[in-house]
Amino acid sequence: MSRYAIQVRDLGKQYRIGAVVTRYPTLREAMADRVQSIFRRNHHPAETIWALRHVSFEVEHGKVLGVIGRNGAGKSTLLKILSRVTEPTEGEAEIRGRVGSLLEVGTGFHPELTGRENIYLNGAILGMKRAEIDRKFDEIVAFAEVEPFIDTPVKRYSSGMYLRLAFAVAAHLEPEILVVDEVLAVGDAEFQRKCLGKMGEVAREGRTVLFVSHNMSAILRLTEETLVLDKGRLVMRAPTPEAVDFYLSQGFSQTGERIWHPDEVPASAVPFRPIALRIRNAQGQVVDTIRSVEPSAIEIEYELSAPIPGLRVGLYLMSTRGEYVFTSFDTDDPERYEQFAVRPAGRYVSRCLLPANLLNEGRFVVGVNASAYRVRRYFQDEQALTFTVDATGAPGTQWPEPRLGAVRPRLEWQVEVA
Amino acid sequence: MALREQTAVTIIRPSRGWAALDLRDLWLYRELVYFLTWRDLKVRYKQTLLGAAWAILQPFLTMVVFTIFFGNFAKVSSEGLPYPVFSYTALLPWGLFAKALNDASRSLVGNSHMLTKIYFPRLILPLASVLSGVVDFGIAFLFLLGMMAYYGIYPTWGILILPVLLLLALVTALGVGLWLSALNVLYRDVGYALPFLTQLWMFVSPIIYSINTVPEQWRLLYALNPMTGVVQGFRWALLGSQTEQLGLILAISSGMALFILISGLFYFRRMERLFADRV
Repeated sequence: MSRYAIQVRDLGKQYRIGAVVTRYPTLREAMADRVQSIFRRNHHPAETIWALRHVSFEVEHGKVLGVIGRNGAGKSTLLKILSRVTEPTEGEAEIRGRVGSLLEVGTGFHPELTGRENIYLNGAILGMKRAEIDRKFDEIVAFAEVEPFIDTPVKRYSSGMYLRLAFAVAAHLEPEILVVDEVLAVGDAEFQRKCLGKMGEVAREGRTVLFVSHNMSAILRLTEETLVLDKGRLVMRAPTPEAVDFYLSQGFSQTGERIWHPDEVPASAVPFRPIALRIRNAQGQVVDTIRSVEPSAIEIEYELSAPIPGLRVGLYLMSTRGEYVFTSFDTDDPERYEQFAVRPAGRYVSRCLLPANLLNEGRFVVGVNASAYRVRRYFQDEQALTFTVDATGAPGTQWPEPRLGAVRPRLEWQVEVA
Repeated sequence: MALREQTAVTIIRPSRGWAALDLRDLWLYRELVYFLTWRDLKVRYKQTLLGAAWAILQPFLTMVVFTIFFGNFAKVSSEGLPYPVFSYTALLPWGLFAKALNDASRSLVGNSHMLTKIYFPRLILPLASVLSGVVDFGIAFLFLLGMMAYYGIYPTWGILILPVLLLLALVTALGVGLWLSALNVLYRDVGYALPFLTQLWMFVSPIIYSINTVPEQWRLLYALNPMTGVVQGFRWALLGSQTEQLGLILAISSGMALFILISGLFYFRRMERLFADRV
């Protein structure tokens, strides 16, 4: 038997541009197209885009491989091909063993059915045999912590319970090869910890896992090696810490500015259109490195093609280890929120002022989010830009040692002789 | 271990042209057919006020209306049988067929979230939706037995071939459903055309009227509609109604049904690769 569980050779997937967003063609249009194409001499091929191209790699049995990349880098397309949801346009993949894929938790859950019924249904959809589900039923219920509600329709579940149950079923799937897409991005912190623990267990059992995530600390914890995808190409395969470091700094300009080209913005963002994200130092210059002891600013420039009610535009700040430092929105202040109850169409800059003595030295990642709470997420890019903080002059720099922690506040100490 | 056996190698590559049917894969996923059928039934009976009563109410009320207008007012010939039994016997397989056809045709679009998120043999969706109608049929059939007893009609030995006729109706529904469900992914017109198609199809099947009303020279052509064989077969098996050349009619209907099924299977398999991207 080959030592590889997965072998991918020159894999590519082409989509017709707009095929995803355009409304469904009607039969009449299709027939009209056919008829026209008979009379037209050279019919123009539809515009296409390669979501994935020339991707080749192998995964040995029992390896846990991470896959990272920005939105639209082709991660999900790769997983969809490997789990046979969609066909590649070119190239091939060879897979040895039963594949379980988790592109989403709770696929096929029906709100009218009880927890018990959904476990069986979802299990069957994931490819489990009935006897297998019978055997693991109690374990699944215990993991999801829904015993008292197991015979209640899941439409009455809280969203937390629903997710726990959905994940529990999937987590008890026992394929030889597991393909997981960003399922950990949902749920509360407690739930995420539990899921990560379970994923670690799966990995230690010697199964082959392909794991896509935006959560760098999860990637660092669970995988030894990681693939970095960018614009559909495989740009790097390296030990995870190296790959994460490369990913977080790759392709970002050294000028402290990130500009979005219109084709980088998903159609689902409309009417919101991000234009640029910039880091400015105390003098107002756009820079890659700011000083810890001086105030600085992070600004997001964007355009609304239509008014958006309840819009909030904000930032995530993350360490390069993937831990969140803070999240902040431009309408966090209730008065500001009232002022922008409906944000009119137009071009805006939302600027977040970072006080002096806030961040520790090191590199940070800025993510952007534009959403209306509980209504819609217009745009999100969790790794839009990185910048470096220089700690010269910060508290404690008389000792040339690295300080633990993402923040480095100047705190007041009182020392008393008791 | 079952897992070990399946350390089969899967090759994923672009498919071109006509694809093989891969019935083995379908067999591996047979339990999913069961669970999806069961889900359809559960959800339907949970969400409706009258639950299983709908299975009887629909053909029953249709029969009442047909009896008043076609049986009494228009005096449509019913081969000497009481018109209520005559039409209800036909409405049973017709109801099964119409429901199976509609559900199967909408099955892919209706389950698009499953298509885009997970692999399973796509054929399972139309297949499961065809099967869930059988339970309704069973309930409505019990009512028919009651009606027959009321009118003093006793079934013939032909009742033994009912399962075959049932299968013929399901095969036809699945065959057409395969074509339409795949087309529906690409062109949503199918959704609009379905009610119309179903209605027309009913008028070209011997449900309101007897097959004997159709001029003899047209009957074999008429039998190309598989539901002709099914409905007339039902009347023969249950009510003992006589039709010349019933065997030939059934053979033509079955041949046609098989043709639709097989062509549907191949068309479906051919279009399958587009489903996840286009649905």
